[in-house]
Amino acid sequence: MIIEVLIKAVLAFIVLFSVLSFAGLHAWIERKQSAVMQDRIGANRASIFGFTLLGLFHPIADAIKLFMKEDFIPEGANKVLHTLAPCLSLVFAFAAFASIPFGDVLRIGGREITLQIANINVGLLYVLAMMSMGVYGVVLAGFSSNSNYAFLGGLRAASQMLSYEIAMGVSLIGLIMVYGTVDLQEIVRRQGEFRLFGLQAWGILTQPLAFFIFLTAGIAETKRIPFDMPEGESEIVGYFVEYSGMKFGMYMFADFIETILIACLTTTLFFGGWQVPFMHAPAAYSLGFALLQVLSFVVKVVFFAWLFMTIRWTLPRFRYDQLLSLGWKAMFPLSLANILVTALILLIRR
Amino acid sequence: MPPKTKVIKQRELNFLEKLYIPEVIRGVCITSGHFFKNLTLHSLHRIGLLRHIAAAVTIMYPEIKRRYPHRYRTRHRLTKRDDGTPRCVACMMCETVCPAKCIYIVAEENPDPNIEKQPKTFDIDLGKCIYCGFCVEACPEDAIRMDTQIMNIAGYTRESMYYTKDRLLNPEREGDIVKPSGSLR
Repeated sequence: MIIEVLIKAVLAFIVLFSVLSFAGLHAWIERKQSAVMQDRIGANRASIFGFTLLGLFHPIADAIKLFMKEDFIPEGANKVLHTLAPCLSLVFAFAAFASIPFGDVLRIGGREITLQIANINVGLLYVLAMMSMGVYGVVLAGFSSNSNYAFLGGLRAASQMLSYEIAMGVSLIGLIMVYGTVDLQEIVRRQGEFRLFGLQAWGILTQPLAFFIFLTAGIAETKRIPFDMPEGESEIVGYFVEYSGMKFGMYMFADFIETILIACLTTTLFFGGWQVPFMHAPAAYSLGFALLQVLSFVVKVVFFAWLFMTIRWTLPRFRYDQLLSLGWKAMFPLSLANILVTALILLIRR
Repeated sequence: MPPKTKVIKQRELNFLEKLYIPEVIRGVCITSGHFFKNLTLHSLHRIGLLRHIAAAVTIMYPEIKRRYPHRYRTRHRLTKRDDGTPRCVACMMCETVCPAKCIYIVAEENPDPNIEKQPKTFDIDLGKCIYCGFCVEACPEDAIRMDTQIMNIAGYTRESMYYTKDRLLNPEREGDIVKPSGSLR
């Protein structure tokens, strides 16, 4: 019993540590990737003993600066909610990682360890629920700041996230119909087992339309450009307009973590999770192959993180009415049509 | 006669453009093309290859300075005669024409009988100077020029912006002078 708790704790620590460091690295990736894309060099001045290490010290300098800043709570603000809101954003973003499978079963010393923190049989619903809870952090920030700008920002954020969450959830129904389960580990396994034209039937092959809808809604969910309406980084009149210091930093950090979460989810649902392309698990269990699967998962996640960063630095933002009409008039009907087509095909094939 | 209005028709988006996703993919292809090209060049530069092809347009400013155009007005300097004395004859033309009134000259007699006067002090308060270049135009002796290419004029006090004759005569002592090109002495 104790050992099982320990194993879970170690798994949770590994996931938390990797997500935290990758999110911290995102601050660096954001600067450097945008610079390289735009023929610039990017931040490279922060140094320790003359070593700049490609500008890797800049996120550290950011964190030190944010911690040193005054933690300001505006007059008339609800102090408890104002402090609670960024924590909520961060906690729910982290909690969603609990049911992301990052590998198959690992067999060590007669034990079978599923490489997933919580093996929930409704994992997909759990992740979607956690992502929906994230809107509370945003709405509370706008509500508790005692500022009209923050309030408007919170409203915009809430309506954007709600409209895109519906399209996202509906688009995933087709996927659930194809794989017949909402257990994320099981979805990944069936992506390896099922065959489509002789290939492993990854979600991108069985549900191409759902992939694009999910990707768009996912980027909207991270509240980053081109869907940065709630934040408005270019004019800084968003729900966190009254936040300073590390509380503001927590919102930025929650954004990065959500980006990683969406990358993990896209990998899990549409790109075969930990499945290694064109390879089958050997009949005899090997530790090497299990680690290769984890590596495959990480590579896919890093690719999607790169893709999201590229999109963020390529596209201009939407106007607000375009944003909502895209969500309600294009993505929602399309995802409904996707369910219909998927159902028909499944019926014919039976 | 009613005014003629020219109606410019905006190009309608075709079906693929309206779909938005193909256009997004096209845009991502352009930016990621730049990304991979520059990333390859940056990596090759690290191991010393293809150094002549630039991976970025950035000029690393304090270390590397860009040459400003030939007629660009930068910090002033007082030109010298061959024997090292200032060419200025303290005629007060520049002090008179200066719209910011930032030039302060005190004249004295020049020991050379061919030259009437020379400046005892020649101070410019760069905190007031507006870099209009009128002093250069007004000078009959080509004694003041604005061609040092020094741009980083900054100070923590007003006094440090007050340049005396000695500093104006020897701009190369400021350390970061870019030698002007062309046929200047």
